[in-house]
Amino acid sequence: MGEPESTVWKGLFWMMQLFICVNAVAKSFLQEGKGRLLYFYTIAGPKDFILSKLLFNALLMIVMALVSLGLFVLMLGNPMPNPLSFVAISCLGGMSLSLVFTFLAAIAARAQQNAALMAILGFPLIIPQLLLLSKISNIAFEDVLQGGLATMSAVLAGLDVMIVALSLILFPFLWKD
Amino acid sequence: MIRQKWWKILCGILLIYTFIAGFLGGVPAKPILNETIRNLYFHVAMWFAMMVLFTISVIYSVRYLRTNNHKYDIYALEYTKGGLVFGVLGFTTGSIWARWTWGAFWSSDPKQLGAVIALLIYLAYLVLRNSMTDMDKRARIGAVYNIFAFAMLLPTIWIIPRLMESLHPGGMGNPALDTHDIDSRMRVVFWPGAVPGWTLLGVWITTLRIRLAILTEQKEGLHPAPNQARKLRNA
Repeated sequence: MGEPESTVWKGLFWMMQLFICVNAVAKSFLQEGKGRLLYFYTIAGPKDFILSKLLFNALLMIVMALVSLGLFVLMLGNPMPNPLSFVAISCLGGMSLSLVFTFLAAIAARAQQNAALMAILGFPLIIPQLLLLSKISNIAFEDVLQGGLATMSAVLAGLDVMIVALSLILFPFLWKD
Repeated sequence: MIRQKWWKILCGILLIYTFIAGFLGGVPAKPILNETIRNLYFHVAMWFAMMVLFTISVIYSVRYLRTNNHKYDIYALEYTKGGLVFGVLGFTTGSIWARWTWGAFWSSDPKQLGAVIALLIYLAYLVLRNSMTDMDKRARIGAVYNIFAFAMLLPTIWIIPRLMESLHPGGMGNPALDTHDIDSRMRVVFWPGAVPGWTLLGVWITTLRIRLAILTEQKEGLHPAPNQARKLRNA
């Protein structure tokens, strides 16, 4: 078989992260029973609840990203000259994906729909992030650094901050029934 | 203000001015662009109109969440639909322009991708609304998604395409519409004529649809529509 080229490797990696994220994060809201939500309702406020969900899913996705990075390097080889910087990038990427999908899962769960609705809502919103991530990944994949990649990382981090802020502001409206 | 006449007349005058001055007025002779530069009055102005309509829609979504007034939900929905129409028009005029300047209707440019993503985000908004039947819940969750989607839309079409290489003007940090793209002859048609003209047309269409939606709901409140009555009987 041989090892894939670096662009294919990179594309496969981020696609894999996307599907891991859809499945892992969707579970956190869509498999929550009515009784358990009622229990959460009695012990916590909406802001604490969404903050803890965001935090847990971010950690979960970081672990998932690192595990799949390890498996990729093990099975598909290592095409990167700077693998250490890619560890940081995949942590940032996994976290960014998880934040968006956590909030969308909260919306989809309130609409009492299956994961299909989350995919419809999520894919258009996540494509810009994936575009950014695959550009930022060039830091690890190329010896010659292109300009503007630091700006893109800053934009992605800023986007994450904005998503957390919006979740905190908007989730209370999804919480009360 | 909505029912006044003057701004509808103004809209007509501005659009007639745009068409006449746009097709007959002088334009700078540019290589590659040639006469297609006149598309600026249509393509770019329609994107402006779309952004204005989506912004109004978000303002009404915020107002809905603050007041729970059902009227604002209708406003937000109809402004989104109006914005979608202008988005599709802007996308179509853009790809026709791209056919004659870049050589193909679609060339996977970051700006084109951003435009398609923007349209998909708002189509998903309509799907989300239609997946719920309870009116209050639909309005509230729709408003939450609308605000979230708008906040995600801004980086998608305003920041990210500027950071990437693009065929489209406005890439790599330099804004479009600067002095060496268009001259003063074009500017007097574009800013006072095309942008407010298309925006007012969008608002006009939307206000008509809002009045229609409110009337339909009032009518249905008194006499449920046949298919609804059937649903009630079967339930």
